[in-house]
Amino acid sequence: MSTGEKFAQMFIAIALFFGVVAVILLLTQRLRSRRGELVQSAAFVLPAILLIVVGLLYPALDTIYQSFRNAAGTEGVGLDNYKHIFTDYNQIRVLLNTAAWVIIVPTASTAIGLIYAVLVDRSRFEKFAKALIFLPMAISLVGASIIWKFVYEYQSTENAQTGIANAVLKFFGFETYRFLLNQPWNTLFLIIIMIWVQAGFAMTLLSASIKAIPDDIVEAARLDGVGGFKLFRYITVPSIRPSLIVVLTTISITTLKAFDIVRTTTGGNFDTSVLAYEFYVQSFRSFDQGLGAALAVLIFILVMPIVIYNVRQMRKLEAR
Amino acid sequence: MTTATPEHSALAEAPPQEPVASSAHRALSSPWASFAAIVIAVLWTIPTLGLFITSFRPASDIADSGWWTIFTNPSFTLDNYNEVLNGDTALSTYFVNSIVITIPSVLIPVSIAVMAAYAFAWMKFPGRDFLFVAVFALQIVPIQVTMIPLLSLYVDRGLAGADAPGGGFYTVWLSHSMFALPLAIYLMHNFMRQVPGELVESARVDGAGHVQIFSRIMLPLMVPAIAAFAIFQFLWVWNDLLVALVFAGGNPDVSPLTVRLAELSGTRGQAWYLLSAGAFVSLVVPLIVFLSLQRYFVRGLLAGSVKG
Repeated sequence: MSTGEKFAQMFIAIALFFGVVAVILLLTQRLRSRRGELVQSAAFVLPAILLIVVGLLYPALDTIYQSFRNAAGTEGVGLDNYKHIFTDYNQIRVLLNTAAWVIIVPTASTAIGLIYAVLVDRSRFEKFAKALIFLPMAISLVGASIIWKFVYEYQSTENAQTGIANAVLKFFGFETYRFLLNQPWNTLFLIIIMIWVQAGFAMTLLSASIKAIPDDIVEAARLDGVGGFKLFRYITVPSIRPSLIVVLTTISITTLKAFDIVRTTTGGNFDTSVLAYEFYVQSFRSFDQGLGAALAVLIFILVMPIVIYNVRQMRKLEAR
Repeated sequence: MTTATPEHSALAEAPPQEPVASSAHRALSSPWASFAAIVIAVLWTIPTLGLFITSFRPASDIADSGWWTIFTNPSFTLDNYNEVLNGDTALSTYFVNSIVITIPSVLIPVSIAVMAAYAFAWMKFPGRDFLFVAVFALQIVPIQVTMIPLLSLYVDRGLAGADAPGGGFYTVWLSHSMFALPLAIYLMHNFMRQVPGELVESARVDGAGHVQIFSRIMLPLMVPAIAAFAIFQFLWVWNDLLVALVFAGGNPDVSPLTVRLAELSGTRGQAWYLLSAGAFVSLVVPLIVFLSLQRYFVRGLLAGSVKG
């Protein structure tokens, strides 16, 4: 397809879509009776409901069903796919890696985001300083992976270095290091990429809630002689506790579902695979539909309690 | 002397009112604290800066020396960008694909969601509350769970593949729209409920129908909310890899920049003159959006943080 054809297709699709919307609105706008209003409601709601049923509800149920079936989906295998995930050597490695990601990324990003938010708060360069940390959020995970692969670039010690991480090692007289190859620490170096991306999110949300702490609380604390680090520990942190929880849970969810970094940097080799990447490999590379479905359902099960907790905390935050 | 002392101590005991953040900030703003802030800022900036500088260096220099040598031995070129856009890597084609994918994938779900949110917020119909809770609950479905059945559905209906209508773009547009809906409806509904009910009621009394109220009253009021979500969705779609990989099915006519870049990182992992320039071709649009619409961007990001 030529560029012109692609844009033509795009405009046709948009015109088609807005044409349908306009027809719906025009046809139903004269309806005033009770029955008429019912038709009107249906016209407003049904397109969304239809897309959600076809795109989310039916596929989710089908995937749960497929997770109890074999690779080709032709016969039932009971819990075998799940058993495989928890007994196979490679799959256990995947689970351990995923655990490392989900524990380290949220805590480290939140800690760094919080410290940075407090440090730059009301400083002269606050806006600029925040933009620097926040910028990685706008970058795709593929872009972030390429940026960091270059940081980790390996050359043997005697050669000129091109990756800054190894240049620093060499400068201090250490041997250069294969950051993405050497197990088990390579997983940690991939995790650093995600921390780099997510810290800005943590910082933005926490900075907003630090600014919202009422003045009289701190005044009372100061009258009681609380200051310095104690004030941070006993006033600032407890006051923003709900936001802290929202940030931690949100980043955990994002981390659990992210596969881009692993795919772009190591391709899951050298023992770096995680659940979301393994799902992709089993479903679309090995074509083991049953195992892929089971891995997807596992992500679903792991995400569910965090999302529910997250939503409840978020509602509390909104209610305040 | 003697009169000055009590005054002074009184001041010390009752300092002027000061928000907690600034006192916590002061407590931590020893030279060490400023140093820590600068260290974090530098650590966060150097990776991007390094690749950015690299993208303007001649290919032979990139392989022989680190990007920091540019300060002692400067040499710049635009060849990398020319090569990556127009050479074998053909990123300009993928750039077009990214645009063609992204615009409908933002317009369609936002429009459908605003209509549905209006119905959930202001129309009366049986099963309304149940449906709304169901839509809200479906936010927790990770997109991974939906992919295999959805893909076979597209294949069965003839929507996937090079011969499909729209050259195969419809699968990507549809998928992004579907995945965006639960969150979009929920957020728009929250904003719509903040509009005072009297406004809607009095318009009804004056004889306005739902379509008029929706288009004349609600849409104008919803502009900031729509903008925030649209920007969030724009960046989500532009930066997405998974949906594009699965539903564009490796078709180079339909695949966006992220797919091509990830592929290059695998097959030409050492060709940094291509990868560095390629990465910045894909970054330039989100960066412009980020720098020009930062306020909306942050709001949309916070609102949409649980998506996916």
